[in-house]
Amino acid sequence: MSSQKVKRARKKQSVGMQRFRKFLWYFVAIAGSFIMLLPFFWMISTSLKVENDIFSVPIKWFPSEITFDNFVRAFEVVPIFKYMKNTLVIAGGKIIGEVFVSALVAYGFSRFKFKGRNFLFMVLLATMMLPYEVTMIPTFIVWSELGLVDSYVPLILPAYFGSASFIFFLKMYFETFPVSYEESALLDGAKYRQIFTKIFLPLSKPALVTIALWAFMGTWNDLLGQLIYINSTDKLTIQLGLASFSSMTGEVLWGPLMAASFVALVPIIALLLYAQKYFVEGVKMSGIKG
Amino acid sequence: MKKQRVGFLFILPWLIGLILFTLLPMIAAAYISLTDWSIVGDAHFIGFENYKNIFKSPEFYKSLWITVRYAILAVPLIIITSLSMAVMLDRGHKGVSVFRVIYYMPAIVSGVAVAIVFKWILDPNFGLINSVLAIFNIQGPDWLYDPDWVLPSYLVMAVWGAGGSILTYLAALKDIPQDLYGAAMIDGANTFQKVKFVTVPLMTPIIFYNLILGIIGAFRKFTDAYVLGGAGKEGNFIMVHLYEEAFSNYNMGYATAIAWILFAIILTLTIIVNATKKYWVHTE
Repeated sequence: MSSQKVKRARKKQSVGMQRFRKFLWYFVAIAGSFIMLLPFFWMISTSLKVENDIFSVPIKWFPSEITFDNFVRAFEVVPIFKYMKNTLVIAGGKIIGEVFVSALVAYGFSRFKFKGRNFLFMVLLATMMLPYEVTMIPTFIVWSELGLVDSYVPLILPAYFGSASFIFFLKMYFETFPVSYEESALLDGAKYRQIFTKIFLPLSKPALVTIALWAFMGTWNDLLGQLIYINSTDKLTIQLGLASFSSMTGEVLWGPLMAASFVALVPIIALLLYAQKYFVEGVKMSGIKG
Repeated sequence: MKKQRVGFLFILPWLIGLILFTLLPMIAAAYISLTDWSIVGDAHFIGFENYKNIFKSPEFYKSLWITVRYAILAVPLIIITSLSMAVMLDRGHKGVSVFRVIYYMPAIVSGVAVAIVFKWILDPNFGLINSVLAIFNIQGPDWLYDPDWVLPSYLVMAVWGAGGSILTYLAALKDIPQDLYGAAMIDGANTFQKVKFVTVPLMTPIIFYNLILGIIGAFRKFTDAYVLGGAGKEGNFIMVHLYEEAFSNYNMGYATAIAWILFAIILTLTIIVNATKKYWVHTE
């Protein structure tokens, strides 16, 4: 009798305890989310404020009147859409080559045995830690000798030789395909080239989308490479445009600057929300086994 | 035999790229670092003069010291933060996928825009942090305008963007067999003990992986430092120093020598961390 009571009491307590823990979990998760989102909120809020609100003490969380002047001013200082388009040109030019060639090389590494294959694959892994800072200057000198500095060629062309991390990622992906697929195709007289384009590429669409997204993010967020190679005002990218924003206005204009940052972040956040699934899948495939 | 050749053809583009964009530039870099090349004019062979000068340069030591301090503090902070986030987000509560995106987003949207936003957030007079502190009558520091507060400014930003690796941790957490937790519970372990004795040991391989990537990333930090700078040149991370020597002062030889030293540091650290692997990384 009494022991049953104890049991019941325990059960009651544990339900209460569970509720409390769940509440605590939500509390922490939401508090953390606030911190994560706060910079974005602050950016948007500032971009919609009039000067007086921006420099108000005490802090004004929301604009007392909403203005779009900061956006107008931002577009006057820097042709944001044009610079975005320039970034898109680089990214587009790069991604096609990078994804296709990386898949080609990954197919070679995953499905063929040739002399030195394992050694070359070790070299590939080693280049993932590639001393970028070491090769940066000699490569720059060669491009400048070729007269191609201040063009997008140095930023795009190297992608057409594949990317070590993408090759690594796709090789692992290809190795999950059963060999029987291509064996029957080979018996039907298919060429390796056809197996690659007709079987491997279509089957690995999710993986290809994932690396295309990474390539896009890499280009969109890259500053150093673009800083080194691009000088002309009309060729600047969105990163360079933002980086040079303050030098163009002479003083730091926080309102327009936040408006410009906001516009620059919208595409990337939209892409993240839209293609979330691919990011998650991609990291699962690569990160854990890497 | 034919199959051998076909396979080789498939990897050929990468092999050519390796020679053109890695091997040849590395050989060239070895030579350039021994010259006084300044892009215009001829290069003269000067032996190890650049290296000698670097090791005598207070500016080099300063940027190295900043980078080292940042790496020592930021790398563990990021690992602890992202691992805690991942453990929290591993629960199956409703809405967890929304939280996952929110925590992950800051890492994805890196780049100049975020650096600029942080410059504004850290503004001593009207920035978000000091304005909030002012509500509680606390006088906030001058952040990027006070040499002593430059490093903490960068750490604030690093922790905010720590979510980049939560997805790798989450994937690893899913792989932990649930019966291990059950066994721990039967032995009377509380949540903290479960994390300490089950989760963390089984996560060490992925922590190791993120540790290596974190160290490399810290030593190659550029974008934030380039945009934010910092008082007393305290934001002059080693990559920024290298960039300025090469592309503002056109000391190509000198900058290439810095690049080799940086590479040697990263390589040495990677080897050292790798050597500690057997003492703390759990293997099946």
